[in-house]
Amino acid sequence: MSRILKDPRLLLLIAIVAAVITGLGADQMNLYYRGVIIDIGIAIILAVSLNLINGHTGQFSLGHAGFMSVGAYVAAMITLAAQKSMGAEVLAWMFLPALLVGGLVAALAGLLVGIPSLRLRGDYLAIVTLGFGEIIRVIFQNVEAAGGASGLSGIPRMTGLTWTFILAAIAVYVVGCLVNSTYGRGFIAVHDDEVAASSMGLNPTRYKVTAFVIGAFFAGIAGGLFAHHKTTINPQVFDFMKSFEVVVMVILGGMGRTGGVILAAIILTLAPEFLRAVAEYRMIIYALLIIFLMIARPQGLFHFGRKRKPLTH
Amino acid sequence: MGASLLELENITIRFGGLVAVSDVSLCVSEGELVGLIGPNGAGKTTVFNMITGVYQPTDGKIMFAGKPTTRKKPHVLTKSGMARTFQNIRLFGSMSVFDNVRAATQLHRAHGIRQALWRGRSHHAGEKEVEDRVMELLEVFSLQDFRDEPATSLPYGGQRRLEIVRALATQPKLLLLDEPAAGMNPSEKEELMVLIEFIRKRFGMAILLVEHDMKVVMGICERIAVLEYGIKIAEGTPKEIQSHPKVIEAYLGASGD
Repeated sequence: MSRILKDPRLLLLIAIVAAVITGLGADQMNLYYRGVIIDIGIAIILAVSLNLINGHTGQFSLGHAGFMSVGAYVAAMITLAAQKSMGAEVLAWMFLPALLVGGLVAALAGLLVGIPSLRLRGDYLAIVTLGFGEIIRVIFQNVEAAGGASGLSGIPRMTGLTWTFILAAIAVYVVGCLVNSTYGRGFIAVHDDEVAASSMGLNPTRYKVTAFVIGAFFAGIAGGLFAHHKTTINPQVFDFMKSFEVVVMVILGGMGRTGGVILAAIILTLAPEFLRAVAEYRMIIYALLIIFLMIARPQGLFHFGRKRKPLTH
Repeated sequence: MGASLLELENITIRFGGLVAVSDVSLCVSEGELVGLIGPNGAGKTTVFNMITGVYQPTDGKIMFAGKPTTRKKPHVLTKSGMARTFQNIRLFGSMSVFDNVRAATQLHRAHGIRQALWRGRSHHAGEKEVEDRVMELLEVFSLQDFRDEPATSLPYGGQRRLEIVRALATQPKLLLLDEPAAGMNPSEKEELMVLIEFIRKRFGMAILLVEHDMKVVMGICERIAVLEYGIKIAEGTPKEIQSHPKVIEAYLGASGD
């Protein structure tokens, strides 16, 4: 019995059912609240997927907004094209496939960025991924089909509570199940000590590329949800600050701690709503927060490790 | 003596103008315990790093289990049957004792992403198998009571032991121990010698031991090679090595006259 209760598949099912039920009542909900809750769901997908790269595997990526923008643009272009050529009934069926294609293209981008940059470590990898994010942004800015600097608008508003939270639950499930397996200990081994990991027969490159591809896939999905939630996107939305915001969530939640990272995603999405008065200073506050955390609580704000007994031999 | 497992054929490595290891040949047979000794900076760890694929020799060839190791990455060589420990302990710092060993069982498993995500029967059976094997190893080395403790909370000797257990979990034919006695006191060194002999008896693998502590090496090795300034100056049984004039010179310095 306890084995069944511990089965993560059951938890996933419960989360999906909960998302569907919540979605049924969404019509009566205040539009503003519904919007914020969808923002939270998207933030959770972004933070949990970046946590696989930055937290579990220990590769400092600053390119998450780049992957997100790939998913957003691809999915939006698909639904916009479908809107033109097909009826409303068909369009509804196009939403999920569009998200998936967006995710897959983003994953491909993850593969392309991942392979050459995996020789790099720490700051160097951070700089390359940062560069990637900027390159993607500039490309979208200059591609006519993507709307140039003004971006895409009139994207059908299709992102609802149900799909957002089903996909968030799947992201949490995938990252959680992956890491909590003998196979998945390899991500953490690479994080802890790459030389030792390869001496234990684990291929560090393979693990890093896998983390990048899966992380980028979910960032792409989050981007697709974002595009169909806001209904307009432009390259400026996916700038460095967006990546940085997700990095703050991961650091605040405690690198590699799924629960903490989800909590941080919720708080950091809600905080700007409550703190409209100081919105201009948001980035200053984030920066100070990170400096403070790195000094005072490098394990993350929401990580409460149990006290260890000193060992005797 | 069994068939030869590891053969170094005239290996040399240069770092820029520095010749760190020059023309060294060495052979380890199956089930043999060979010591590689030498003063600090003699190139012992460099030899180790060439065997395990961390460095590529500039000249010469290394054969492992009948195949050249040229250009093979460390994880590929580990899969083909060699495992190592490190001079300065390199455990997976954020993991528990159990998970450190568990991570080292993955290399021979067919289970990957698919099983981890599907969480079906085959996943659980596979994880149970891993758990049994890891616990068996931990019990052999009396680490089972610490299974859920963070690896870095073990005392120094325990961390060394865990590193050896982790290497054994990869099921090696050849175990490479890089200065396992470093930083140990005399009684810990005694324990270590007993442990190494025990490993060899129980698992029947070949062991190559790099050490600068003469006492440890003399006590357990069947054959010893001595390095000085990157050159092999002697090879033989512990007795022969002890009375070898060049070795005495290397360790004690040349006599005045």
